[in-house]
Amino acid sequence: MLNYTIRRLAMAVPTVLIISLLIFLLLDLAPGDPTAQLPLTIPPEVREDIRMALGLGDPVLIRYVKWLQLMVINEPLHALANLTGWNVAPDTQRILSWQTRSPVGDIIAQRIPQTLWVVGLGYLFGVLIALPIGIISAYKQYSWFDQIGTFISMVGFSVPVFFTGVVMILVFSVWLGWFPSMYDTTLRVTNWETFVRQVRQMVMPVAVLALFNAAQISRFMRASMLDNLNQDYVRTARAKGMKEQVVVLVHVLRNSMIPVVTVIALGIPAVFSGAIITETIFRVNGLGALLINAIYANDIPMVQTLTFIFAVLIVLFNLIADVLYGILDPRIRYD
Amino acid sequence: MTRKATLMGAAAMLALMPAAALADPAPAEGERERGSSGHLNIIYWQAVSTMNSYLSGGTKEMNAASIVWEPLARFDNEGELVAWLAEEIPTLENGGVSEDLTTITWRLQEGLLWSDGTPVTADDVVFTYEYCTHPEGGCSYRDRYAGIESVEAVDERTILVTFEDATPNPYIPFVGAGSPIIQKAQFEECMGARAPECTDQNFAPIGTGPYVVTDFRPNDVIQFEANPNYRVPNQPYFQTITWAGGGDATGAARAVFQTGEMDYAWNLQLAPEVIEQMEAGGQGELLVDFGPLMERIEINFTDPSPDLPDDERGTRLHPHPILTDIRVREALSRALDRELLTEIGFGPMGQPTCNFIVAPPAMASPNNDDCLVQDIDRANELLDEAGWERGPDGIRTKDGMRLELLFQTSTNAVRQDFQALIQQWWREIGVDTRLRNIDAGVFFGSDPASPDTYLKFWADVQMYASLFEGTDPTPHLEQRRCGREPRPETQWQGQNINRYCNEEYDALWAELNREPDPDRRQELVIALNDMFVQDFAHLPLVARGRVSAKSNTLGGNIMNVWDSEHWNQAEWYRIED
Repeated sequence: MLNYTIRRLAMAVPTVLIISLLIFLLLDLAPGDPTAQLPLTIPPEVREDIRMALGLGDPVLIRYVKWLQLMVINEPLHALANLTGWNVAPDTQRILSWQTRSPVGDIIAQRIPQTLWVVGLGYLFGVLIALPIGIISAYKQYSWFDQIGTFISMVGFSVPVFFTGVVMILVFSVWLGWFPSMYDTTLRVTNWETFVRQVRQMVMPVAVLALFNAAQISRFMRASMLDNLNQDYVRTARAKGMKEQVVVLVHVLRNSMIPVVTVIALGIPAVFSGAIITETIFRVNGLGALLINAIYANDIPMVQTLTFIFAVLIVLFNLIADVLYGILDPRIRYD
Repeated sequence: MTRKATLMGAAAMLALMPAAALADPAPAEGERERGSSGHLNIIYWQAVSTMNSYLSGGTKEMNAASIVWEPLARFDNEGELVAWLAEEIPTLENGGVSEDLTTITWRLQEGLLWSDGTPVTADDVVFTYEYCTHPEGGCSYRDRYAGIESVEAVDERTILVTFEDATPNPYIPFVGAGSPIIQKAQFEECMGARAPECTDQNFAPIGTGPYVVTDFRPNDVIQFEANPNYRVPNQPYFQTITWAGGGDATGAARAVFQTGEMDYAWNLQLAPEVIEQMEAGGQGELLVDFGPLMERIEINFTDPSPDLPDDERGTRLHPHPILTDIRVREALSRALDRELLTEIGFGPMGQPTCNFIVAPPAMASPNNDDCLVQDIDRANELLDEAGWERGPDGIRTKDGMRLELLFQTSTNAVRQDFQALIQQWWREIGVDTRLRNIDAGVFFGSDPASPDTYLKFWADVQMYASLFEGTDPTPHLEQRRCGREPRPETQWQGQNINRYCNEEYDALWAELNREPDPDRRQELVIALNDMFVQDFAHLPLVARGRVSAKSNTLGGNIMNVWDSEHWNQAEWYRIED
């Protein structure tokens, strides 16, 4: 198992490197111009100077090597220095965003808290709601509970968040006035009052995301439970005189969790990549909003860095899912 | 006790007298104190990326920076020049501008302080010039300092700007929100290539304006506090400002009109019916004012045919086979219903127009309004006269060539509606139009390798909006001179988008560029405008307004299309009931 994990980790390094090169080349080939969004009153000669000042004059491979060095050595050291206060940060250049002319790493660090709070909680609640619904729906297949669960998950599946989000704003912000329609990223939770405000501004985006995530995962859970409920070992367990609770929650659930865990684990990187639409509707300004904004503005260093981080996370969580497989299912332990 | 109460009542009455005498229910200006209005919430749905407007060039950054950094003079809401950090506007009469129009002498107000308490000197102004003109700095407003030979500090408060040539309009450098004065002490180490590395300076510049930055989060939110050293002792009225960014235009409008969470929202370019519905929320009002921004169709005078080699396609070597005939161009214009386009696309935020220069009002020509009425019959006549005959499918042909046009624009809901309508009208006069839309990031990009930019203009007609800075259209008119067209030798840079070339126009422009008399300048601008649009060199469609929204409880703000919308931020206040 350990051997396998190490081997997989070693494999991950070239994978990530190749991904980073591909991202870099794709973005370089993509049409677009970082000065395109400037007002037309700025003459082309000045635009050309701006592009040169952004470092667009170098050949692509040189820019890639420069960026890679900053990305894998300088930026992690800076992040470490910021986290621990330990003075290891090299006093050299950092990856600068074209839009803000400031280090990409600092902006990402600023955005992570709200993304983790909102998108992360949306995912967590989604999973917490989905698992029991999936289990009960499968166990009592075609009961009214199953029907309602199916209906709700179909709604969650098929109604897009840009619709549910706006409906929630209209109902709860405009008509009822219960929750703010805009997320305040400057709010610091220091006492009970600010805690309540934080909860109030998180309710709507978290609810929208939880519904969406729960819909997906509960369907997986239900299907996987149904597969297992009709297996021979379930009949055997019942024949041995085990309590129904033990049969369902220990025998069936553990086996049914194998595919569901994969789905859940592979969904976690998506938490970090934020929820572009939800973040935009509720003005959460997390990583999703950061990415889409950078794409619009052709802020290539920002897009490269973010997509690279997402790629690393996806590779990492794939690995974690594989390892979890082994833990849940003794048959697949790769030894 | 009673006597005391009566006395106090009388005193209160006395105190209220002057206020009561005014018709305005708001307290008189003198009574309001610095910070008395508390907190202001502003939303920019396109968030501010940096406070250093010299490194960005975007309007949003310029607006945010304008409440910290200030110019020597700026434009008020009427487009009039007002002295800001300068004592007065230098003119020929007061000797501030030299007789030969090559120098201008500015004098700073006395006792000006930066927000850190140090005095503002002429050195700071000179430094501003050096900072923005540094060849490696990538300063977005460098063209504002073009044509300057030197900027010198004569004494502590006097700055002498010497131009290379006679400059009839010397009010460009250090004037308006686009060229504010920055502090030498703060930016000394940030010259040239080091400019982007000065993150702390770029995010929290020291200025003379009413506010100082207390917290800046790029593309998210800015917190401001009143500048303790602001030169007007009782201003600004708001103590703090939260300048939020992000979300979308609809959300921003909703926050002002419907939920009241925000006091001011910038740039609400939304569909007219959406705005109308939101306004019904009743908590705010829409602010619209018209500046030089105009949506137009540019007509290509050169042949964009893909059969030509890349370095000849769309250049003056090959005149356009169809559109060089003025009758065709006029027919295309006559077939348009500009009133309907305006109503559908912009509602109250647009005005139909037939002019190239739509503002300032005194410079807008009154001579071209006949194009406002759609005239399909006249358009058909014109095409008949030009020898284009209708074929069996209703499309006109001449010498075996079909009257077929490629019409491109950027991807944008309103522009695609316009395209569809125009395609329909042109079809009625026998013109077959193929539509194309291109992502704005590509279309407005200036990458010389891309075939799809508006500069390359490898299409027959294209639609977009353009404008000019300040109130002087001279540089904007200059763009249509012969030789200013994008072409391979200039790496496809240049602003003569339609490749217009007219010697008379060039001569008239040269006259304008030498003319110091304001009245004569006005006449020349109108004459140039008329020459250009009566040649149907491009088809003006809609003059577009600047659109923002404010809450009903926000007072004192005056919309300004000639400068930053926040030009008088210090005077904004909260209306108490």
